Amino acid sequence: MSEGEGKKAPYTLPIGPTHPALKEPVMFTFQMEGETIKDVDFAPGQTHRGIEWMGMRRNPVQIVHLTDRICGICGVVHTLSFCLAVEQIAEIEVPERADYIRVIVHELERVQSHLLWAGVAAHELGFDSLLHLTWRVREQAMDVIENITGNRVNYGIVQVGGVRRDITPEQHPLIEECLTTYEGLLSSLLDLFLDDRSIHMRCRDRGILTYDDAVHLCTVGPTSRASGVNMDLRQDYPYAAYGDLDVRAILPDQYAGETRGDVYDRIVVRLLEVGQSCGIIRQCLSEMPAGEITAEPKIAKLLAVCKKAHGEAIGRVEAPRGECLHYVRMDGKESPTSWKVKASSYSNLMSWIPMLRGEQIADIPIIVASIDPCLSCTDRVAVIRGGRRNILTKEELHRLSVEATRRLQA
Amino acid sequence: MIGSWELALIVLSAVIVTVYGIVVGLFLLGIDRKLAAHMQARVGPPIRQPFIDLRKLLIKENVVPDNAIAWIFNLAPVVALASSIVILLYLPIGSIYPPLGAYGDLILVMYLLTIPALCMVAGGFASGSPYASIGAQREMVTMIAYEFPLAIVVVAVAWRLAAAGIQDPFTLGSIAAHPIWSVAGPLGIVGGLLLLLVMAAVTPAELSRIPFDTQEAETELAGGLLVEYSGKNLAMFSLSQGVKTLVMAAIVVAIFIPWNISSLVLLPEGVALVADLLFFLGKVILVMFFSVSLVRVAMARFQINQVVSVFWIYLGLIGLVGLLLLMADAALPAAGVII
Repeated sequence: MSEGEGKKAPYTLPIGPTHPALKEPVMFTFQMEGETIKDVDFAPGQTHRGIEWMGMRRNPVQIVHLTDRICGICGVVHTLSFCLAVEQIAEIEVPERADYIRVIVHELERVQSHLLWAGVAAHELGFDSLLHLTWRVREQAMDVIENITGNRVNYGIVQVGGVRRDITPEQHPLIEECLTTYEGLLSSLLDLFLDDRSIHMRCRDRGILTYDDAVHLCTVGPTSRASGVNMDLRQDYPYAAYGDLDVRAILPDQYAGETRGDVYDRIVVRLLEVGQSCGIIRQCLSEMPAGEITAEPKIAKLLAVCKKAHGEAIGRVEAPRGECLHYVRMDGKESPTSWKVKASSYSNLMSWIPMLRGEQIADIPIIVASIDPCLSCTDRVAVIRGGRRNILTKEELHRLSVEATRRLQA
Repeated sequence: MIGSWELALIVLSAVIVTVYGIVVGLFLLGIDRKLAAHMQARVGPPIRQPFIDLRKLLIKENVVPDNAIAWIFNLAPVVALASSIVILLYLPIGSIYPPLGAYGDLILVMYLLTIPALCMVAGGFASGSPYASIGAQREMVTMIAYEFPLAIVVVAVAWRLAAAGIQDPFTLGSIAAHPIWSVAGPLGIVGGLLLLLVMAAVTPAELSRIPFDTQEAETELAGGLLVEYSGKNLAMFSLSQGVKTLVMAAIVVAIFIPWNISSLVLLPEGVALVADLLFFLGKVILVMFFSVSLVRVAMARFQINQVVSVFWIYLGLIGLVGLLLLMADAALPAAGVII
């Protein structure tokens, strides 16, 4: 309410590339009038890491470990979607049991990702108690993931043609226990987030994305579902074991009876999806067929199959943030001729603009966070000015960082 | 005229109060962090953490931005710290009569309370950073918002004391000597409780803590007013934050819970002084726990326009109801006499 000061000259407020409101680098330029946002522009591309470039010099078995590292939270979606593409090209039949294990890990990842997001959202609102609470309960999902895959973050479980590790019957009680905890916690989480007065005040009718905008801007995942778009890859184009499972897109009107497309609705969708994921995992555990966990256990043989493959394919999975897409083209060489990653946030970033216009500075952090942006996944391009292109080798990077340290010490 | 002996005494007590205010203020910040951490199921930093932070800040470089107005930028933290310590000289600490108690009353304290906030505004505008300017604007708006309910509380309490025929109702000495609870009847006690609620809400705003920390708002403004401050200057602001915490708690204690151990239990003089001081600290921590620590772990940050409506509409109304109840309380016995 800076109108009270009588000065309403428009001014520019830069937020980024690094700012406490942003968990990853992106550059926002806000045209402000008092506390109100008149217009906004943003420039991603601050954290391009050249993973595709690296991948096109490696074979599919090696790339799987790169895809694990595209995102720090979605350790499985990129690998899964890359593997789906390669499996289509090389015509590898994935065993059914592997599909179920993939789904279990995939859904556990959704649980931990949504809880992580909920904590971040609470922090952006200045509600740190809720951040500590949600991140504490998230640990159980992380522990189960570690138990299943051997890793907390970069799972390394999905492999072209299947998975690397089986889920043994001894692990079932542990997973069951985790699911029971989350199903029990869900009502209190819903209570804490959705019935809290201060969260309600800060999130209801803030950052609205209308149904039309959500469709026109091609948003995906919880961002579009919160605007009432009935769209979920797991329901529309089932992959892995989802064809056998009962998955329906979660829409906010299932909880509140109405869809407003605001930040609040995005919280609703994500929290309800935690419960949905628990149900899916439970279904998987009970229906999991026996059998092999990989089509080809011998890596050398697998590589030979991949090397002979010709063609192109798209692998799509429903990541916690929305559809994640990998395009792969293989021309009978060891490494793919082309590999393109389109992370879910890529489709969602543009929705920031209609969401942020007309809102206040105080809403920026929560609105920016509300689409759960993952910028290091998204940044696939670095703009080269003046036609000069340059690839830095490890030695050059080392030399540059030594020089930078010297400069700082001087 | 003040005699030279009296002047020396005031100077000496001012020095003691300064040291006391800084040490206790920093401990209060530490206790607040520990309490909040435990409520958030964390271990939290040690209680002496603010002292460690202060030491670190003092050895850090003091950066003044190129486009800052250097003299205002550097002056603001000094004045903020000095003015918050000055307030302490007017507030009773335990059973000790304030050193300057005879020279100022609650109205003066109210004015003095605005000075640290104004310094932060000046420092923020002088920083030459858009974040700090927005923070400074928000601080001004917040100040305008909470002054109204604060004034209601002060006026209501003093008016009730005056209605009860007490001399100098605005001086902290007489407010402390005649607790509102013992003066007022049942209606007045309800009114007093409402005013206590208003005061408990003004405290976090005055101290710019969640939910009223819009002027610093870490996730929005990266520290707002204080974004450009570092080293010695930031250390002084953090000291003044500690002293202000003590001041606000001491004001609530003086107005609403002024009792001392020595007035309740008969104690030898030396013991009574120490017991009163400890009891005072206990009351201060209690006030801080309920109005700062508990509130800030249980709530999200408001938007600046929500801050204004919370203070002007909701707390203003609650304060006015409290005031009316106190007035009714004063008027009713008289009505009874007439009938």
